[in-house]
Amino acid sequence: MGYRSSVEILTEWDIVAARQLGRNEAKEVGFGTVDQARITTAISELARNIYLYAGKGKIEIERISEGGSFGIIIIASDEGPGIPDVRKVMEDGFSTSGGLGAGMPGVKRLMDDFKIETVLGEGTVIKATKWIR
Amino acid sequence: MNKHMATFIQDNLDEILVRWQEMMKDDSDEKFFQIMSQDVINKTSREFAELMISNLFEGENNYENRLNEFTSKVVRFGWSISFVMKAINHFAQVVYDMLEQNKTITEQNMKEYVMVFAEWINPMRDGIVETYAKTWERTVQLQKIALQELSASLIPVFDKISVMPLVGTIDTERAKLIMENLLDGVVKHRAEVVLLDITGVPVVDTMVAHHIIQAADAVRLVGAKCMLVGIRPEIAQTIVTLGINLKDFTTTSTLQRGVEQALAWTNRKIVEVEED
Repeated sequence: MGYRSSVEILTEWDIVAARQLGRNEAKEVGFGTVDQARITTAISELARNIYLYAGKGKIEIERISEGGSFGIIIIASDEGPGIPDVRKVMEDGFSTSGGLGAGMPGVKRLMDDFKIETVLGEGTVIKATKWIR
Repeated sequence: MNKHMATFIQDNLDEILVRWQEMMKDDSDEKFFQIMSQDVINKTSREFAELMISNLFEGENNYENRLNEFTSKVVRFGWSISFVMKAINHFAQVVYDMLEQNKTITEQNMKEYVMVFAEWINPMRDGIVETYAKTWERTVQLQKIALQELSASLIPVFDKISVMPLVGTIDTERAKLIMENLLDGVVKHRAEVVLLDITGVPVVDTMVAHHIIQAADAVRLVGAKCMLVGIRPEIAQTIVTLGINLKDFTTTSTLQRGVEQALAWTNRKIVEVEED
């Protein structure tokens, strides 16, 4: 396991703290400005989902390396209500909060790899990976 | 007993301070004892000690004033609250140890002394926590006001054209403010074109985009056009990847181009005047 740092998400301002952490980590790992913006935006979406739907949770950023290439994993975990229909939230334009409904599918497109584990009534863990190209 | 302790502390102040400083240096991670000159440390330590003693034999009123003064000083030093707590605990510890050493505290009267110490230390802790909390609350309040003053003002730049520069993070509260100011300003300045400048917005995620789209829709309802300007290249790429639809918007990379476009919409342009 690589170096890992985390931010608790309790208030709206923690979202800012989380993406600040993400931006710094991404910069240190060596991502370019566009990828930094992608990672920061992905964290912003994931953190906002925690804040909106689970109330509290945390965002962890882990540095990874494999065969000479480097990257980071964003781990968003909460103990919220879980997602009833995962396929639905991955569709563009689906939102239960009146938003744009581009968040989750957007994160998937922003990152290289996207995994979601959710159990109703127990919580959700989302892992999103980005590699330096 | 209080008076006795106060005189004891005052008589042995130098030794207490030496021991206390040693304890603080050993224990704390704070940089205070490493970076401050010995003069400053001694002066502050003495002030701190005087405050500690003053609670033992002076009237309540005076104590509270001194406590306020002291804590505000501590806050200015940038001491953390845990550091101050440690300072108080260590001070009490040193005094207790010394009283025990010179046999003032014996096994028989230990309980009594523990009570005296508790009565001495606890209100001080409460007071300091309270003062700290108040100072923080005030700081946060002031910053909030400062932030609100900075955020979202609509500036009329030309007849019929206004600009709203957005700088910093947009949260729900600010989004509301943006909407209000935007609509009020459009009506007040009789603007026909409003330029929303997001050069200073660090992250444009779906929520921010959502708020911008809503604001633009509202502006359309009051009879003006909204343009999104200052889209940095990396933001443009992120918006596309996220799949946010801004097709109904006129967008430009810089404010300058936006102003040119807005002038064109209102049938005007900037011309250079040749001198003759």
